[in-house]
Amino acid sequence: MAQTVFAPWDDPQQKPLIQFVNVTKRFGDFVAIDNLTQDIYEKEFFALLGPSGCGKTTMMRMLAGFEAPTEGSILLSGKDIAGVPPNKRAVNMMFQSYALFPHLSVWDNIAFGLRRSAMGKDEIAARVEEMLTLTRLGKFGRRKPHQISGGQRQRVALARSLAKAPKLLLLDEPLGALDKKLRQDTQFELMDIQETTGTTFVIVTHDQEEAMTVASRVAVMDEGRIIQVATPEKIYEAPNSVYVADFIGDVNILEGTAKANGDESYAVDWGNSVPAIAASQRPFSDGQKAHLAIRPEKIAISAERPADAVNAVQGKVLDIAYLGNLSTYHVELPTGQVIKAQSANTRRVSRRAYTWEDPVWLSWSATAGVLLEA
Amino acid sequence: MNRLSPFNVVSLTFGFAFLYLPMLILVIFSFNESKLVTVWAGFSTQWYGTLFQNEAFLDAAWVTLKVAVMSSTLATVLGTMAAYVLVRGGRFMGRTLFSGMIYAPLVMPEVITGLSLLLLFIGIGMDRGVMTIVLAHTTFSMCFVSVVVSSRLSTFDRSLEEAALDLGASQFDAFRLVTLPIIAPAVISGWLLAFTLSLDDLVIASFTTGPAATTLPMKIWSSVRLGVSPEINALSSILIGIVSVGVITASLLSKRHAVRVRREEQAAQRVT
Repeated sequence: MAQTVFAPWDDPQQKPLIQFVNVTKRFGDFVAIDNLTQDIYEKEFFALLGPSGCGKTTMMRMLAGFEAPTEGSILLSGKDIAGVPPNKRAVNMMFQSYALFPHLSVWDNIAFGLRRSAMGKDEIAARVEEMLTLTRLGKFGRRKPHQISGGQRQRVALARSLAKAPKLLLLDEPLGALDKKLRQDTQFELMDIQETTGTTFVIVTHDQEEAMTVASRVAVMDEGRIIQVATPEKIYEAPNSVYVADFIGDVNILEGTAKANGDESYAVDWGNSVPAIAASQRPFSDGQKAHLAIRPEKIAISAERPADAVNAVQGKVLDIAYLGNLSTYHVELPTGQVIKAQSANTRRVSRRAYTWEDPVWLSWSATAGVLLEA
Repeated sequence: MNRLSPFNVVSLTFGFAFLYLPMLILVIFSFNESKLVTVWAGFSTQWYGTLFQNEAFLDAAWVTLKVAVMSSTLATVLGTMAAYVLVRGGRFMGRTLFSGMIYAPLVMPEVITGLSLLLLFIGIGMDRGVMTIVLAHTTFSMCFVSVVVSSRLSTFDRSLEEAALDLGASQFDAFRLVTLPIIAPAVISGWLLAFTLSLDDLVIASFTTGPAATTLPMKIWSSVRLGVSPEINALSSILIGIVSVGVITASLLSKRHAVRVRREEQAAQRVT
């Protein structure tokens, strides 16, 4: 069975569920969102990723209706929702603090939104039971929020925000309060629930691993602007700027000047005796400043110079970080630059091939790095 | 167990003696056989008996209770509303002025508050009596309520209200169904504070009352001017008793609640 790739953003026939059109939001003199235009499609799991103060929370609060844009408009299913108050929007939000009502039981928390609608008593009961089952909280309906654990509270918050079957669910740092192990399990649960219910999710997070794991598309934000929107793979493997490359994961940035070296290939003079050869579809003129971004795991480390290596430099091991599954080597080049190379520890018991101060060769292919404009 | 050092023992003794010795003497002498307040003549509860036959005292007690219940309820409603606007209203014209002005009666001399209210009531031609005392007490006790409630509101997690709105509740429903139940302890203690303030106010009540309405503090004050009688001691002892029982019950209840919540939270953490 051929599986169709979920990519409505590439399909011009698709109508976006949410459209930000030239949205600007100012708080006094501070520009939180700067002339932002972005479409989000139905059934997407859209992640807003960025450091604190980049405007991601403001975007979410504008979708929920707690903030109004200063300029521009936000459309939900083609209709401008600027004047619609939060209680009249088919949008629900899961709060960072969960915001569970402490005086109500888990059951009543989930029923709260349903009771505000014209739903009948039996229907409400059925829907609440359905949500309790979905979030595996069946046994805890009668408990108060303080009588359950952190992970359970998180699921109550999710169940409550999903109960009204919103067109759009907003998640504000939903897993921030959980410990790492629980967070990872919950990420997969979130993805399952998103798939089961078919709801569009917009998640705000500063945790890049979380964004990469759950999202269909990730928007990397900085200072009120979206720097890049793409699938997690593209964001990681083909960042469009040094900012994105640096924000997502670990990266070596080699600064230098580009010079044409054949078809879609450039030689980057980065202060080393031999220039680095890099393939790039993005054109560079001779002498243009360029940054070559290479992920540490794409750099091989070896004792001898590999015979067929396009790029190879020698240096000595400065530091080794053992991470269990991986080891990261910090290698100092004769020019003083330090390059990080990562290798998988595939064997359980093996003597480490290289140790501190050892001379080693680092090598990478022409397509290992991404050539970016400075 | 930590033993107290001699210095601490002395501090403790003096502190508590200072606070409670006068009351203790009052309670002891309320059980005095003799009609002379300062001479001990043996144990007796007779003054409690005569107290309950004294119509004037019972009337005054009834007036005081009515005034206290009405004024503290009114003050709680108004004070809570004022606190809500000041904490939640965001920035509006004159916000600083308003929040300053609401606390002014806290430091205003009672004599001045009483006098200004008296002039107002005369000015608008209102007959002085129970209603004027109620209004006067509401005026000065609502700022106490609003202090108590606004301090609770300022630590209140705003996202709870936002969550209610987000789930489709109107502003009023969000307040009624979420905010109010959560801040209820502060509202209740505000009410209790207003109630106590009204119960023991002498100055403002004296200014604003008319011939028909005498509150208990006024009655006690006027009879003490004719000489302290053991009856008054008995009455005061009853008041002390009522207040103590109320305070102790309230603190026990809230402490038991806190302990239960903590135990349940620990239990919830252990399960997972």
